[in-house]
Amino acid sequence: MKKSKFSVLALLMAIMLMLAACNGGSKETSNEKEGGSGDSSGSKVLNVNNSSEPGSLHPANAQGTHESWILEHTFEGLTKKTEEGKIVPGSAESWEISEDGLTWTFKLKDGLKWSNGDPLTANDFEYAWKYALKPETAADYAYQLYYLKGGEAYNSKKGKEEDVGVKATDEHTLVVTLEQPTPYFLDLTSFYTFYPINKKVQEENPKWALDAKTHVSNGPFKLTEWKHKESLKIEKNENYYDKDKIKLDAVNFALIEDENTAWQMYQSGELDIAYPLPVDVQGQLVNSGDKEFKNGAELAVYYYNFNTEVKPFNNAKVRKALSMAINRKEITENVAQGGQKPAFGVVPPGIPDATGDFQENTGDLFEENAAEAKKLLKEGLAEEGMKELPEFSILYNTLDSHKKIAEAVQGMWRDNLGVEVTLENAEFQVKLDREKAGDFEISRAGWVGDYVDPMTFMLWETDGAYNDAGWSNKEYDSLLKEAKSTMEPKERMTALHKAEEVMIEEMPILPVYFYTKPYMVKSNVTGVYAPINAYPNFIYADKK
Amino acid sequence: MLRYTLNRFKWAIITLWAVITLTFIIMHTIPGNPFAKEGAMPPAVYENLQVHYGLDKPLLTQYGNYLLEVVQFDFGPSLKSSSISVNDYILKGFPVSLHLGAQALVIAIFFGLILGVVASLKRNKWPDYLSMIIAIVGISVPNFILATILINYFAIKWNIFPVATWATWQHTILPSIALSMMPLAFIARLMRTSMLEVMGQDYILTAKAKGLKRSGVIIKHAIRNALLPIITILGILTANIVTGSFIIERIFGIPGMGDMFVKGISNRDYPVILGSTIVYSAVLILLIFIVDIAYTLIDPRIKVTGEKK
Repeated sequence: MKKSKFSVLALLMAIMLMLAACNGGSKETSNEKEGGSGDSSGSKVLNVNNSSEPGSLHPANAQGTHESWILEHTFEGLTKKTEEGKIVPGSAESWEISEDGLTWTFKLKDGLKWSNGDPLTANDFEYAWKYALKPETAADYAYQLYYLKGGEAYNSKKGKEEDVGVKATDEHTLVVTLEQPTPYFLDLTSFYTFYPINKKVQEENPKWALDAKTHVSNGPFKLTEWKHKESLKIEKNENYYDKDKIKLDAVNFALIEDENTAWQMYQSGELDIAYPLPVDVQGQLVNSGDKEFKNGAELAVYYYNFNTEVKPFNNAKVRKALSMAINRKEITENVAQGGQKPAFGVVPPGIPDATGDFQENTGDLFEENAAEAKKLLKEGLAEEGMKELPEFSILYNTLDSHKKIAEAVQGMWRDNLGVEVTLENAEFQVKLDREKAGDFEISRAGWVGDYVDPMTFMLWETDGAYNDAGWSNKEYDSLLKEAKSTMEPKERMTALHKAEEVMIEEMPILPVYFYTKPYMVKSNVTGVYAPINAYPNFIYADKK
Repeated sequence: MLRYTLNRFKWAIITLWAVITLTFIIMHTIPGNPFAKEGAMPPAVYENLQVHYGLDKPLLTQYGNYLLEVVQFDFGPSLKSSSISVNDYILKGFPVSLHLGAQALVIAIFFGLILGVVASLKRNKWPDYLSMIIAIVGISVPNFILATILINYFAIKWNIFPVATWATWQHTILPSIALSMMPLAFIARLMRTSMLEVMGQDYILTAKAKGLKRSGVIIKHAIRNALLPIITILGILTANIVTGSFIIERIFGIPGMGDMFVKGISNRDYPVILGSTIVYSAVLILLIFIVDIAYTLIDPRIKVTGEKK
């Protein structure tokens, strides 16, 4: 009898071992991913985490950061950016701008090649931009190409492809015609929707971007492995013109969504870069003096929308009162904890002005003052025929960090103004729907600039696509119009400074802080830098 | 038996159809738009996307088209990710979730049964208390906390197992343990109760009186009969484990189906929501079906006459 008892046990153990073995047998060993340079051949392999499966690695269909980080290392636009944020030639060697700022002529470098060895020509740029604009492509970011003359018309089926303002006049020359003067157009040409695609490859195999075997790019690295939902790998592109400066042989991207897990992998040495960091870890690291901790600037602002179409938030004094009654420093230091900078305007630091930094030149556009806020609130309410604020809520999308900030604001309004606000969380998509429908009083929002220019933060134009506050001000509109009509830096920037002042004076939004970009890099990795509007860049990184 | 099986199969299909229809209706009624972003999307871009994914057609047409596709096992594209279709998601993710679930289940059954049996045989002695403490911890400590503890010690401090991902068999150990604790505890408690009940039955006393060895009585008579309630809940437990590993999959970066479902919902990615709902429902229905059949085989008192009632 004893024998049979043990045979049952043995059987169960055998099943467990078999299950484990079945899995292990078919997969590669983990050595490649774990620790150090990883590879036994001594090649330099960087291990990072991309947070999520990329939706698409086709420049026209990519939608966000999960794609852009990989695309930025595998593709290259007409221009690229240095560590200091300076725009330098990428695939283009030089460019000329017509006096009216409408015609841009780019000359491509000689001998450019795709990762499959095909020659890269100006036609590939023309083809790619028109492909992204084609209605059938249904590209999310097609509107990034609306700067081109006839771009919007073609995308909305009102115009023809041949009328789109981009033309390859020869293999090396790309002539771009814009709808209106756009001084930051050069910056846009480093954005992924403006990357080229290999015309021949696209026409022969429209699904080329779905598989590492058929993926063709023109950047410093090329995609060589893509295990969906697991990992992907990029390797040095031998056909890249600047290949001698690329020191890494390969980069492995894990696809781990959980920030805590990614952080643990960094701690155990399985990752060389940890970004983004979990909020509480950021808090611990900001003041720790850890040499691996970096805190780059981020082109983004965290703010609350007021629904200016709802009483009493239609009243500027009420809005200002609420904005003046919170303590931003306390929020950034004790709640957000990522070394963020309190925002007393809407344009974050790091954007060049005509001279110097735009935000530094602006300074603080308002003050926090609880006593003054109380007075303003009383006056504002009286103007609206009210004695006290009616029931209202802060709508935020479900995320712990948003909740904590909303709670802090709730407490500050209670203490400083004697005002009660309820908190209401909703899924992100639902929050967006409600904002569009005007179904909110105050809602949490954030904005990451698309390009390095103050214009990307001028969102509150009457009926503007991003103007969820529903605010309208003629002076603001005309100042933006003025800024859009000129290429002259000083004139433009003066108009933009004024526009920001006008907006903050009326405060349709309540700025809270300017984001930062905290990340960790192992000390044996050098050459990683974080551009203001991108994830940490490791094109020129090295690993000892 | 064949008639019974066919009848159950018919109802399984009807249930599945009802699930698809209800999910389809709910999905299009809840607020939220798959293409919504911060800031309004230019109307032309929005319209192009609607046309591209066939969302511009009347709902009834969309429903009809979808059913036609599902019959051909085509769950359509993902609205958020052109790199991977819903079929790819399922083909890639389901075996992984199944593997993780099966491994966790084997651990849970094996150790759960041992703990339950030991606890019942050593009632009110230290092995009983120890087993039940383990069971209480297993039930009350959420698996994501257990996962974090396991990672902290076994991966970071002692470096025995990797932190996350799903590359080798070593990667599967910690998530399987984390996932198995709750069902393990559940099985242990149920087995203990069941054993105690069975051990008090007359036929056990008779067997003992006949002079059979204690171990023989326990294994041949007691455990076998005490297993019945375990088998009853095994179907649901399996379904729970296979379909309920969202958090564990996320923490350990396992490319299973868990995140597909959760992200599908938060992104309002209709084909992903429908595809994963269908797969999960099919798994549940299948397991309940198997348990029903298994039940009739194990306990001869249960006859397959149920359908005539």
